[in-house]
Amino acid sequence: MRYSTTINGKNFSFANLRILMAKASPKRAADELAGLAAESEVERAVAQQLLAKVSLRHFLEEPLIAPEDDEVSRLILERHNSEAFAPIAALSVGEFRDWLLTDDSDLSAIAAGLMPEMVAAVSKIMRNQDLIAVAKRCRVVSRFRNTLGLPGRLATRLQPNHPTDDPRGIAASILDGLMYGSGDAVIGINPATDNLDNVYTLLNLLDEIIRRHDIPTQSCVLSHVTTSMALMQRGAPVDLVFQSIAGTEAANRSFGIDLAMLREAKAMAESLNRGSVGNQMMYFETGQGSALSANAHHGIDAQTCEARAYAVAREFSPLLVNTVVGFIGPEYLYDGKQIIRAGLEDHFCGKLLGLPMGCDICYTNHAEADQNDMDNLLTLLGVAGCNFIMGIPGADDVMLAYQSTSFHDALYLRQVLGLRPAPEFEAWLEKIGIFDGTNRLTDNRLKTTLLSDFSKLGELQL
Amino acid sequence: MNDPWFTLKRFTQARIGRGHSGCATPTSAQLEFQLAHAMARDAVHQPWQLESFAEAITAKGWQPLLLSTPISDRRQYLLRPDLGRCLDHASRQCLQTQQASDIDVALIISNGLSSTAIDSHGLALLESVMAAYASCSLNVGPVCLVPNARVALADEIGGLLNARLSVIIVGERPGLSAADSLGVYLTYLPRIGNSDAERNCLSNIRPPQGLSCEAAATKLAYLSTQAIQRGMSGVALKDDMPVNWLETTVPI
Repeated sequence: MRYSTTINGKNFSFANLRILMAKASPKRAADELAGLAAESEVERAVAQQLLAKVSLRHFLEEPLIAPEDDEVSRLILERHNSEAFAPIAALSVGEFRDWLLTDDSDLSAIAAGLMPEMVAAVSKIMRNQDLIAVAKRCRVVSRFRNTLGLPGRLATRLQPNHPTDDPRGIAASILDGLMYGSGDAVIGINPATDNLDNVYTLLNLLDEIIRRHDIPTQSCVLSHVTTSMALMQRGAPVDLVFQSIAGTEAANRSFGIDLAMLREAKAMAESLNRGSVGNQMMYFETGQGSALSANAHHGIDAQTCEARAYAVAREFSPLLVNTVVGFIGPEYLYDGKQIIRAGLEDHFCGKLLGLPMGCDICYTNHAEADQNDMDNLLTLLGVAGCNFIMGIPGADDVMLAYQSTSFHDALYLRQVLGLRPAPEFEAWLEKIGIFDGTNRLTDNRLKTTLLSDFSKLGELQL
Repeated sequence: MNDPWFTLKRFTQARIGRGHSGCATPTSAQLEFQLAHAMARDAVHQPWQLESFAEAITAKGWQPLLLSTPISDRRQYLLRPDLGRCLDHASRQCLQTQQASDIDVALIISNGLSSTAIDSHGLALLESVMAAYASCSLNVGPVCLVPNARVALADEIGGLLNARLSVIIVGERPGLSAADSLGVYLTYLPRIGNSDAERNCLSNIRPPQGLSCEAAATKLAYLSTQAIQRGMSGVALKDDMPVNWLETTVPI
């Protein structure tokens, strides 16, 4: 379907919904690289006006990728719940924005009625404050060994990476994180190599630390899903199954996965029954630009591709979904402004679709961004009710070579916004003497048994 | 200001045990971070001393082949990864006229995002890789030197050389604690259009804190022989390398 209008005597025309959505997207490097971006600010503004007039129902009639060509499109259409859609079925994209900002009902009721493309479309005509205000009303709670996503709570993934996966180096970073109150979302290592013995060693290390100190949290080694499956078959203690996912079948193929493989992995992990308060054990990471990077975007803009990845995620009822927002580099998100916008969009889209969204608030050294930009996004996402952020020693990942948020950054956010850790983890921090009962580090935390135990690290034969 | 467990820093470069001022990092740690970030930003734009690198390779008795992408400057390199994934016209013609035959490994070296990494460890890694390949009797083509390349450029070069494997050694993006890290990507049956799922990757090659050149070369030789034996690379080719593999291996 063609979308056209005339403004001040000038005709603007967009050949189809896919192109209209791309042209309506707030400016970012990824869409410029793909040749999809609006050619002027006026063209972008006009596209936004036309997009606002598109009815939500029309997204069901004009799929961006034909379902026969793409299993993610099929999944989206098959899972669309018309009953949940009914309250908003008569609205246009523009009216949907007004509805979201006016209504104060439970937004989780419509999640199953929303296609990712509808959510992406409305985000394109929303300001940053709109994205924050609406996302704040979407509470998504998930459980494994603790309860994540409750109101007034903020969790952190403790990310203790090491360039050679040295267990002592990793354990040192874990201790540092725990001593600063980090690690309730997950203690998750990105392994430097996917070598099976190596990943097995790291899984055992995490399992040992969590069991010995009775920490109400879960572990993950973020290797490929097939590696996790191979190790589960060898009897490794796998809590969470990790995988990077994207919004098209072809992009997922470039990650070496498809939906069937994810279903198989989930079933395998479920049968281990390692959760206590719940059994949601999938952990997904996403990021704008991944489909383009794999040359698998089908002419769809980066942000809409990203929202489609959330349709993949929600099929598996995950514990954690993490948008790694500035990780790939400036060819996708050029500067701090673009990274901040993308982080807010992703959090909003994921939450509205019913996902337990967290954000790796990050940048690389070849992007035009710095820690001040991260402070801004961190604060904005804290206000928006983000489920979790990363915790990395000094914000510097010495293995992945990028900067994210530090253990200190989480303390800052807890203080200025009054956000507390997951309840089970908070109780543990107080019991072991790290937090003081008022959401702060205790003066006495140097006496904790955790510290004396870890201090033997040098002698440990890990 | 440091925490008592700061001594554990002997096990990691990570910024652990740096203490706190209220919720924030103490001033000294904050200023150190700023300096490290400034240095990493500069490292991204550091040019590659290509001629001296090529001379060093020639002096070792190997044959360097200088190739180019259509990239004209560093800023374009950062913003146009698509141009970093293809050869320019002259380089394509040059490879098409090469009388390449029976090459097991098309070997490519690029500064990528860190010229510092190639200048620091490029030659040492190349020596280790050549030695490891020699010990498992793999035939390596000319050493292709290409400034400002992306990983997928190895697909086009490997395809034109009709090689069974492509291997690209590339400077990884500078981090805050290290600007000298090399990565290696291996692809079986390289052709334009190979997906990332078909690649095996070794990263963080940066002695002494990261992987050593010898360990990386051994792992690369293991993955290369496995890829050729099993006719695949990437996600499907799991790294199950036993310790001391190179000493026990037989040439294929």
